[in-house]
Amino acid sequence: MKLYEYEAKQVFKRYGIAVPEGRIAESPEEARAAALEIGLPVALKSQVLVAGRGKAGGILFADTAEDAYEIGTQLLGSTIKGLRVEKVLVEEKLRVERELYLAIVVDRAERCATILYSPVGGIDIEELARKMPGKISKVKVNPLVGLQPYHLRQLTARSELEGENRKMLADIVSRMYRIFVDYDCMLVESNPLALTDKGLVALDSRMIVDDNALYRHPEFTGRVVQGGFSYVELEGDIAVIGNGAGLTMATMDLIAHYGGRPACFLDIGGGAKAETVRDALRLASSRPGVKTVFMNILGGITRCDEVAKGIVSALDAVGGKPMVVRLAGTNEEEGLEILREAGISAYREMDPAAREAVKLAGR
Amino acid sequence: MILVDKNTRVLVQGITGREGSFHTKRMLNYGTRILAGVTPGKAGSTVHGVPVYDSVVDALKEHPEINASIAFVPARFMADAAYEAIDSGIRLLVVITEHIPVHEAMKFIGYGRLRGTVIVGPNTPGVISPGECKLGIMPETVFKPGRIGVVSRSGTLTYEIAMAMSKAGYGQSTCIGIGGDPVTGLDFIDVVRMLEEDDGTDAIVVIGEIGGDAEERLAEYLSKGRHKPVVAYIAGRTAPPGKRMGHAGAIISMGVGTAESKIEAFRRVGVPVAETPSQVPSLLERVLSGG
Repeated sequence: MKLYEYEAKQVFKRYGIAVPEGRIAESPEEARAAALEIGLPVALKSQVLVAGRGKAGGILFADTAEDAYEIGTQLLGSTIKGLRVEKVLVEEKLRVERELYLAIVVDRAERCATILYSPVGGIDIEELARKMPGKISKVKVNPLVGLQPYHLRQLTARSELEGENRKMLADIVSRMYRIFVDYDCMLVESNPLALTDKGLVALDSRMIVDDNALYRHPEFTGRVVQGGFSYVELEGDIAVIGNGAGLTMATMDLIAHYGGRPACFLDIGGGAKAETVRDALRLASSRPGVKTVFMNILGGITRCDEVAKGIVSALDAVGGKPMVVRLAGTNEEEGLEILREAGISAYREMDPAAREAVKLAGR
Repeated sequence: MILVDKNTRVLVQGITGREGSFHTKRMLNYGTRILAGVTPGKAGSTVHGVPVYDSVVDALKEHPEINASIAFVPARFMADAAYEAIDSGIRLLVVITEHIPVHEAMKFIGYGRLRGTVIVGPNTPGVISPGECKLGIMPETVFKPGRIGVVSRSGTLTYEIAMAMSKAGYGQSTCIGIGGDPVTGLDFIDVVRMLEEDDGTDAIVVIGEIGGDAEERLAEYLSKGRHKPVVAYIAGRTAPPGKRMGHAGAIISMGVGTAESKIEAFRRVGVPVAETPSQVPSLLERVLSGG
């Protein structure tokens, strides 16, 4: 789960990492009041969970309280890369001498934590990696050992910082590592981490908390969407439902291979009951723009008869939209029989079923 | 075959739970030799005739021939169960459990590597050497004994491809799910190395998906030296960036993990990549005939 910038900054602040003085505003009036309280000039930053909001016009600056009000009006309620801006972070505008990059990530390949640092910051790490790969230092930290002073010596030696700034960087890395561990983070990032007249300050901050560890962080539980399946919306017109993440992705790809466009990814998971299947069908077919529903089930721990019962019980919800079903695996014959009785024909193999779904959507 | 065979003697951790009990029965039916189970506080009971103990140490005292464990322990207690297995000297641990926090997985996987325990998973369907031993939850009917090794990050997609292979006459030596999580005990390179050392394996099918760079690193490994023929399939060509596609590990993040990058990496080193799962057998035919 991604945290909003202001949430991550609250955590940073609690852990003793300097962040700009800031207030959250949900209305232009609040933006004006915040600007006066903090002192002008201020930055107004749209709180949306998407990278590149600065380039998209989501970060603006105000020299007067009236400017702050105007910008608040402009940003609040607008959409940035498809996401609605509900909150704006109003922050003091600091004098920046230099921008750095600092992050700690779960390193999948090395199965450890990796600290990433660059004396050049303020641009995407992807772009940085492309343009100046030599400017990125990496220090691996074995989670069984934890962060040691030598890790910090290694990192700061290549920091292109001197004296007090170097010490300050080491201190921030230690604090960030504690956040990384305490919050079960996949990523903690400050980009830019800025050298200002007030020392090193995290101008931007990002945290991604491991979804599987959210039970240990009750402060975020209100934000978790619960459900028996995982669902991702896409742009096309063929709703794709499958069992298992890999198979469902392969099904989307197969639809595209035959010239169709998937409208969603919906994985009902393993061992789904009839009710789950029914809810999945209702969700997928209710999406505007869906012309056809394609259900691809290869039963392992999932039983085809349960799936078939779910399909039959959701027929009214699908509302006459053409549906193509592929059903194979555990209890296949029982499942096909249930569908036959309800007048639904099904395929045993996924290729012809996908072709049929694409054909139906094309009409 | 690798990892599991007729000589595998199995312990089931979390045997009294719903999943543990259900799959114990199915593994026994397949012929897997399960000697004991563990659930703390349930010593003295039996599950489908298998004796249950309070701890791994207790189970090993009565059944010293146990050399592998499969765990169905709930995510919150899985790290504990893994340390217990590792400290008791279990050499192969298959972690079926999904939703384990990645910080915990990194630690017990790292500890297992230090202590010489091979960990498969987490979030894996397990390992099967068709006709010999099934240490997992896969539907056994789709697998047939043969000479092709399969390594995959997913479950049902592996069954789909194994089914197509079996139908076309390409049985499997061993099929391994490395797991759908961001951090797993074995990665593609580890498994491909093992399959290359196995006399019973002629060619290898790699089933990858978006997220991370395990496929790219495998391609890099295959670019050096001589290797057995490899065929690949990558799921998620149409997946959007930044969205978790079911598996915790299936996410294109910070520009890393796209299907195109993986497909391109394989093509560069001469590994044919199937466009659809059903194309895998014909690609196998091509690489095995030297084409």
